[in-house]
Amino acid sequence: MKLTLKIWKQKNAGSKGRFAKYDLDGVAAEMSFIEMLTYLNQTLIEKGEEPVAFEHDCHEGICGSCGMYINGYPHGHIKGMTTCLLSMRYFKDGDTIVVEPWRAKPFPVIKDLIVDRSAFDKIQAAGGFITVTAGAAPDANSMLVSKRNSDLAFDASICIGCGACVAACKNASAMLFVSAKVSQYALLPQGRPEAKERAKAMIAEMDRQGFGSCSNTGACEAQCPKQIKLFNIARLNREYYKAF
Amino acid sequence: MNKVLFSAVSKKFVMALAGLFLLLFLPVHLGINLLLLKSDPEPFNKAAHFMATFPLVKVVEILLILVILVHISYGVTLQVHNWLSRPVGYSVRNKSRTLAFSKFMIWTGGAVLIFIVIHFFNFYFIKLGIVDGDPENFYSVAHQLFAIPGYVILYWVCFLLLGFHLYHALQSAFQTLGFANTFWTPVIKAIALIYAVVLPIGFAIIPFVIWQFK
Repeated sequence: MKLTLKIWKQKNAGSKGRFAKYDLDGVAAEMSFIEMLTYLNQTLIEKGEEPVAFEHDCHEGICGSCGMYINGYPHGHIKGMTTCLLSMRYFKDGDTIVVEPWRAKPFPVIKDLIVDRSAFDKIQAAGGFITVTAGAAPDANSMLVSKRNSDLAFDASICIGCGACVAACKNASAMLFVSAKVSQYALLPQGRPEAKERAKAMIAEMDRQGFGSCSNTGACEAQCPKQIKLFNIARLNREYYKAF
Repeated sequence: MNKVLFSAVSKKFVMALAGLFLLLFLPVHLGINLLLLKSDPEPFNKAAHFMATFPLVKVVEILLILVILVHISYGVTLQVHNWLSRPVGYSVRNKSRTLAFSKFMIWTGGAVLIFIVIHFFNFYFIKLGIVDGDPENFYSVAHQLFAIPGYVILYWVCFLLLGFHLYHALQSAFQTLGFANTFWTPVIKAIALIYAVVLPIGFAIIPFVIWQFK
């Protein structure tokens, strides 16, 4: 198929960006969106033009590095999918696709479609961990976990930190990300001893990084490629209030 | 300590509590207003007199105004912070699937604020002696006001926007306070829908009936 691509080009965080228009022929329906961009870059390199800078790694939807804003949707218009798994069969011959980087103050553009997501790392480092005694693995049944809590903790833990929640939110809020990272520990006995410090520290760091607040619009849940639920934000709020 | 008291979550907590308090006031106001539909002005004027003079009501009245100010100031502060969180916007409009009402809370809230100011000029300021009128006969004041079609339409538009605001506000407040799970969230959403439809319709009926039938 033949596509018209309008892609954001920006040299670095300090420079002013602009859209570049590319006409790309020979895109196969079997390609992923990332493969299509790689193919575009190959054609640009062959023509002696600068390729488009974008992030990608695992190509199986678990690393969270391939985030980009496609035609008004973070990760594209297909629900529960990362850009690397977004198949080109969801587009039609002759389509115009506009690709932009995540837009948020705490996610400055590094180059083209690549943004600096280290704000998420700082939030995680502020409290997203448990202190464990190193040594031999404890007996599996020494600490019982209900099936319900186990499932909920697992559902929260699959957050890949891609930033689509921030990109989708009208406030550029990171509450869904933080709620997933807090919930995965809050629901398990191993996470309880540091629960209070964790909730306080991670929310303080989230504010410090400049993310917006939550208006409960649900755009984050709608666009999360791992379908993290809004219930986690309510749990984060509870954990925060219980911390005082 | 400041970081705790003024964190985004703390501000939302205060806003949610303030909003729920304001929600409790609306059915009381509607209940009294429905007395305007009676042909006898006495019950409404008596109720208005009681609300204007009973000491406990006066305390609640001051509390209500303070809560409105807290709700507005926190709402505006959070909104400005939210706008600043995305200094460069997208060129393609965000098409994420969300409830439309939830995206315009600052604007529907602003419309409700403008309505409150107009409403104060129409009624409350008469009681305070700022605007001319008989504070012992609000029945007559209301009937004179709603004989003007422009005011009836203005009140309708404001009630419609109030309904939009309430629908998201109620469910959002409970989510902010941490009450959300697979059982309670659908119940809260249903209550929010009833609240957002029944209350504005209740308020809207009064000017319409006075305009058309009185």
